[in-house]
This record gives sequence, structure tokens and C-alpha cells, in this order.
Amino acid sequence: MERAENLARIIEVNETSARDRTGNQNWLSIVQLNGDEARFFEKHASATVETVIGFYVADAENPTSIVSAVSNARENARTLRPLVSTEMWVQLNVFYNRVKAIGPAELMPGSLARLLAEIKEACQTFTGMTEGTFYRDQAWYFYRIGRYIERADQTTRLLDAKYHLLTRDSDHAAPAVEIGQWHAVLRSASGYHAFRRVHSSDLTPARVASFLLFNPGFPRSVYLCVREVETALSELKSRYRLHGGNDISEALDQLRSILTARSIDEILESGLHEFIDFLQRYLIVITDRLSATFFGYAQAEKGEPPGGVGSPLEPAPEMPS
Amino acid sequence: MTRLVLDGYDPQGFYCEMLRSPAATGLRERLSRVPVAEFQRRALAAEQALYDYGITFTVYSETSAIDRILPFDPIPRLISAKNWRRIEAGVVQRVTALNLLLDDLYHAQKIVKDGILPADLVVGNANYRPSMRGVAVAHKAYVNICGTDIVRGADGEFRVLEDNARTPSGVSYVIENRHLMLRAFPDLVDGIPLRPIDDYGWRLVAAMREIAPAGCEDPQIVLLSPGIYNSAYFEHVFLAREMGVPLVEGRDLVVDNDRVYLRTIGGLHRVDVIYRRINDDFLDPKAFRPDSALGVPGLMRAYLAGNVALANAVGTGVADDKAVYAYMPKIIRYFLGEDPLLPNVETHICREREALAYTLDHLAELVVKPVGEAGGYGITIGPRASRAELEACREQLITDPANYISQPCIDLSVAPTLVDGEVGPRHVDFRPFAITGAKTWVLPGGLTRVALRQGSLVVNSSQGGGSKDTWVLEHDPSG
Repeated sequence: MERAENLARIIEVNETSARDRTGNQNWLSIVQLNGDEARFFEKHASATVETVIGFYVADAENPTSIVSAVSNARENARTLRPLVSTEMWVQLNVFYNRVKAIGPAELMPGSLARLLAEIKEACQTFTGMTEGTFYRDQAWYFYRIGRYIERADQTTRLLDAKYHLLTRDSDHAAPAVEIGQWHAVLRSASGYHAFRRVHSSDLTPARVASFLLFNPGFPRSVYLCVREVETALSELKSRYRLHGGNDISEALDQLRSILTARSIDEILESGLHEFIDFLQRYLIVITDRLSATFFGYAQAEKGEPPGGVGSPLEPAPEMPS
Repeated sequence: MTRLVLDGYDPQGFYCEMLRSPAATGLRERLSRVPVAEFQRRALAAEQALYDYGITFTVYSETSAIDRILPFDPIPRLISAKNWRRIEAGVVQRVTALNLLLDDLYHAQKIVKDGILPADLVVGNANYRPSMRGVAVAHKAYVNICGTDIVRGADGEFRVLEDNARTPSGVSYVIENRHLMLRAFPDLVDGIPLRPIDDYGWRLVAAMREIAPAGCEDPQIVLLSPGIYNSAYFEHVFLAREMGVPLVEGRDLVVDNDRVYLRTIGGLHRVDVIYRRINDDFLDPKAFRPDSALGVPGLMRAYLAGNVALANAVGTGVADDKAVYAYMPKIIRYFLGEDPLLPNVETHICREREALAYTLDHLAELVVKPVGEAGGYGITIGPRASRAELEACREQLITDPANYISQPCIDLSVAPTLVDGEVGPRHVDFRPFAITGAKTWVLPGGLTRVALRQGSLVVNSSQGGGSKDTWVLEHDPSG
């Protein structure tokens, strides 16, 4: 559901205002951002507004589309149905049937914004219902861990979508067109007003990037998400006296200190895209370790029960210099 | 003029559940005041709720997953308190006899030695489990959950058509149908003394506790499902939630030193009782089908060692065999010394020479069923079959007579049913559910299945059947 919500956000930011100085929208960047070039160009000759939106909103054959994300969420919920509250299940079901029924007319300019708003709202409704109805046991902590890892990852993608604009001259106030685009990025992350509270004067690209990465109070910043994952993991371990996962806590701790130690200028200097790529790989390693430690995926082949010590896994990636 | 629900309704000569029941007067009066259009509108809303609530079974193919619902007909089927007492007593008698039969077949086999049942019919039966010989089963309750299929013919007599003593399904629809009914038609229910059915999960848990291995203070119960690709997965989820027990698949369980454990993120957790919705064949690849990926290796050893209870017990399939069914009246008399309270449908066992001859002579009037199948598959309905179908059936009967039984074609009773905005008569059957731990309890209600296609006698959900809410009255209206 986080993924569906964030896809809607990314498409929205491109749709509403991500025009470059010639007035063209760059739809290819969305494809690149998701690493889907190969699959996309197998189906479509070029990245136009129609093809990209069709591919990412309503194409059930594309595993990275909104409809696929919601189908997967619903399929997972079906598997975990005994743990999921009835309200959550019903809302997800209704939403699933809704996205399956998305017709071509709704993808047209003029209707798309309303559809995307509806998708975002349904995802947020789900989050709220989960907050209000989900039984608080181990599953709840894992739900929170999963949600925040996904959210951190998606924030990095949202930022990456516009990284190419930052490749030059990021210290200075950007020209008006670009300012519009950064507004759009912030709004699509529901961060525009929060950003204004922190920076009431200048909107520079560097400040936006810094806000989305490091702000300790913004619910979608990478820093806050990592901190939430840490909290949930340590509560999970102490409450349910689970062994293992110490290496995950260390990795999270390390990631958090990287996020506090580096200044945005240093990062922009060495390349924002490289830094984002590093964060994404780091999150994948953490996810893999969680799976191996608590769900025994790595040990499953050997037929041993889970819950043992963490197995040797790929080490956390090195920071780009 | 506004058309009302029962305006012009004609049961076309069949026994009608609604018109023939004196206890249904109140319901009939209410229905006669509701316009069909209004009824249809609310029925559609109820059907939409089935999708919203995900009360669906999913049909998977290579590329897609299609959600189907069991269609819900909003006109309830009513059973009077008087008739219910008869059904309830009949079901208890039947389940008691089934359990006594199974206990005997896996121990002394007196019924075979006394010449009541042919030995090869039971011991030679594919569903007889020799490994269960001499195994003690708590309370001698083999069939903990039983679904008894009951039909009514032209005379209105309730008759048992089939016993489902393996892993009967459908109870989730009984309870969900009631919820739908109460939400969509509260005014129809208001003031009618309906027997409640929502304690099924509590009763089931209580029975599971009763069959737990001796010395188990607070047994850990789980529900074992084949997983999300099973068409009854919705029901497995439903029951696990109603029981408040974990829903598990084979891979979630592990056997160590003949004890069963549940894998949890905190380590292994001992399991005492398994309500399994997996057939015997797939339970344990070490004991039965080695290719089963659904089961738990070593489960059978743990079970035979008495370290875990299974519901239903292993080996109940021999008792709900359609050929054994034909002997049920004799079995009831043999073990209980009573006449059956619910008669069987007259059945010809084609393994017997005379019965085969009769069947072949009367093929066009009879229903021929394979003994080992479920779900309405492989049935030939004589009066509805084409010449070619009858010939095919004749050939099968001659090649493998022991695999078939035949029964007269019963004119199943009908109930008014809403189809495409019209109310017409449709054939129905009835499946009450009995739970047995130390004692047998029958849910006061059951699954009324309805053949939605006009004239069709096949009520199975896999073949165009729907279902109705079944109302059992607490007491009948006086006078």
C-alpha cells in the first residue's frame, strides 16, 4: 500500500508540474527511476504520457504498477487474513476492486489527478485503519518495520526522480520554472507546508533534498523512517524476548549516523544519485537480514527452524566517497 | 401496479418449502408486502457486500486470479421448530452410528463378522486406513465435524442423501449469510424467533479441547489449511478467526521426536490439536502420498503416538463412501437398536448383481453416482441425460459396477428464489453441521444450497449453485 501510494505521488509530481523549460514533461525519468527500461520498451516504443501512465497505473502485467501493488497487498492480506482486522480487509478489498476497474478515460489528463488523489486517499485510509484496528502483537511491529522501510525507499526514489536538476548550481535560488518543480516534489511528498515551517525564506534544491533526507520531524524523511524502524525493532526484541537481529540494529544505527553526519553539500558534491543508490542498497540489505533472521528464508533450504543466529549475508554497502 | 415478491409465484407442482410450511405464515405475509424491485435493490447491495468483504473463492489460472462469490439468494428458507427437532435428532443418531461404525471397523470389526457389511467394501476400500487399526481415538469421536446432506422429495419427507465425514465445508456461508440477511433485511427478520448460529466457533473450540491428548491443560489448537489456492480458503480463514486459533499450512508445522510444533518467530511452539482441512492422502508425505507438499512429514507418527489430536480422525472416508451409505439404515439398527429417524434415499449398490441388473434396466429413470467422488462430479441424471450419455453410463457400469450406486431421481423440493428480478421456484437441499467432542451438537441452521438454473437439480457451488439463509425457529407460531 505504501508503494501504491508513492507511485501515485511520483506520477502526480510529473503530471502536475514537472515540465522542463521547453514545456515538455519528461516521462522517461519515471521509467528510469524504477529501473524498468527493459520491460517498458518491450511493450512500448516510446515513453509518452499515455504509455507511461498506462504502464504504471493500470497495467496488471507490469509488476511495478499501482494495480499490481494493490493486488499484491490484497493477496498478502489474504494469506495473513486471520491477523488482519475486518475493517482493513474490507477497505483493501473495495480498493482492489476499484483499481481493477480503472478505465482508460480516467487516465486522461483532467481526470488523472482526481484518480491519483483517490488512490492516495485510499492508501492513507488503510494506514489509518491499521493504526486504529490492528491487534498489537509481533505482527504489528513487523508491519511498522515494513512500512517505514518501504517509505524510506520511496522517498529516495521521489528525490531521485528530480536529481538531474540538481547536477548544477544547487547553492543558489533556482529559476522560477525549477522552483515550481521543487514545490511539486514537496507537495507530492505531503511536505510542502512542513518545509515552509522550517525554511520560510529560500527554497533551494539543496534544502529540499536535505529536508527529504534528514529532517527529523517530517514523517516521510529517510532519517525519520530509519529511526522508526529502529524503534519498532528494539521494542519487538525486548517485548517478545527475541534473539538475533543484533546485526540489524547495528546496521540501522550505522545508517542513522551516516544520515546525521553527512551534510547535504558534501553529498551533492560527490553526487546525489550515488548517495541515493547507496541508501537503497543499504535498505535492501536490512530487509534481507530481517527476512533471514526472523522468517528463516536463508536457512529454509537447510530445513532448520528459524529464530537462530543471523547467517552470514552480504555486508552493508560501503559509502560512496 | 407494483409487483410484490410472492405475486404470481408458482411452485409448478413441486413441494414448496415456503408455501407448505404453516410456520412460514409470518414470513410469507412480510414478503407479500415487499415490492420485487425494492427486494432486488437490497439483494444487489447484499451481493456487493460479498465482494467487499472478500467472501469469495478464487479461481486461479496461469495468468490471472478471478474472484467468485457463492451467489446469495435473499429469500430465506425456513425450518419449523417441529421439523428441526426431527432433523437434529436424526443427525445426532446418524453421527453416533458413524462413529460407532468407525470404532468397530478399526477395532473388532464385529459388523463385518456378523455379516452386516461385506468385508471387501470396508477393508478393501481405498479410504480405509490400516494404520488406524487398534488406535484409540478420544471419546471414540472420529467424525468431529460432519455435514449431512438432506433433501426433501415430493412427499415432503426429509431424507439423507449423503454423509460428509471427511472435511465438510460450507459452514462459513451459513454464518455469513445470516450476517448479510440481518444487514440487508433487518425488517424481514424483526420479531421472528430465529435460533442464533453465531456460537459455532465457540462450540468447535470446545470440542477440540475435549479431544486434546490426555493431560493437556490448555491445548494449543491450530487450523491446518492447504493454503490460499484452495477453493475453501475463505472458510479456513473464517473458522480460524471464529475459533481464535492460528491458521497454518503444512510448512508452518514441524515434527520432532513424534511431537508437533508450530514455527513462530520466537521459536518452536508445541501443538496439541489440529483441525485439519486437508484430506488423509495429503496429511503426511511419509505416511501417505509422498508427493504431497501440503502435509507435515512425520505427522502420522506423532498422531499414532497419541501426541497430537486430529479432527476429523484419520480414516473417516470409509464411512462416508456412497456404497457404505446404502447400508446406513442397517448400521444404525445394528449399533443403536433403533430405526433411522431420517430415512436414506433408496439406493441400489451396483456391486450387487441384482442391483446392477435393476439399474441397467431402469437407467433412464435413475441417478447414477460414482462412489468415491464429491462435488457433484461424474453423476448421470437419467431423465435429463441424452441417449449418448446414457450409453456411456451403461458402459461404465458394466466395466466397473462396484464403483457406482444408483438412486431414484428425486423431485427435490423448491423454494421461491430471486433470479434476474423474477421470483421463481428453484430446487434446494440442506446441509446441517454437527460437532462431536464428548457429545454431539448440531448447529441450529445449516447450508441451504439452491440450483439457480431453472429446472436444474444440481446445487453444487462448482456447478451453478447458490445459497440461502436458513432460518430455524425457536418455537412455532401457535394455532
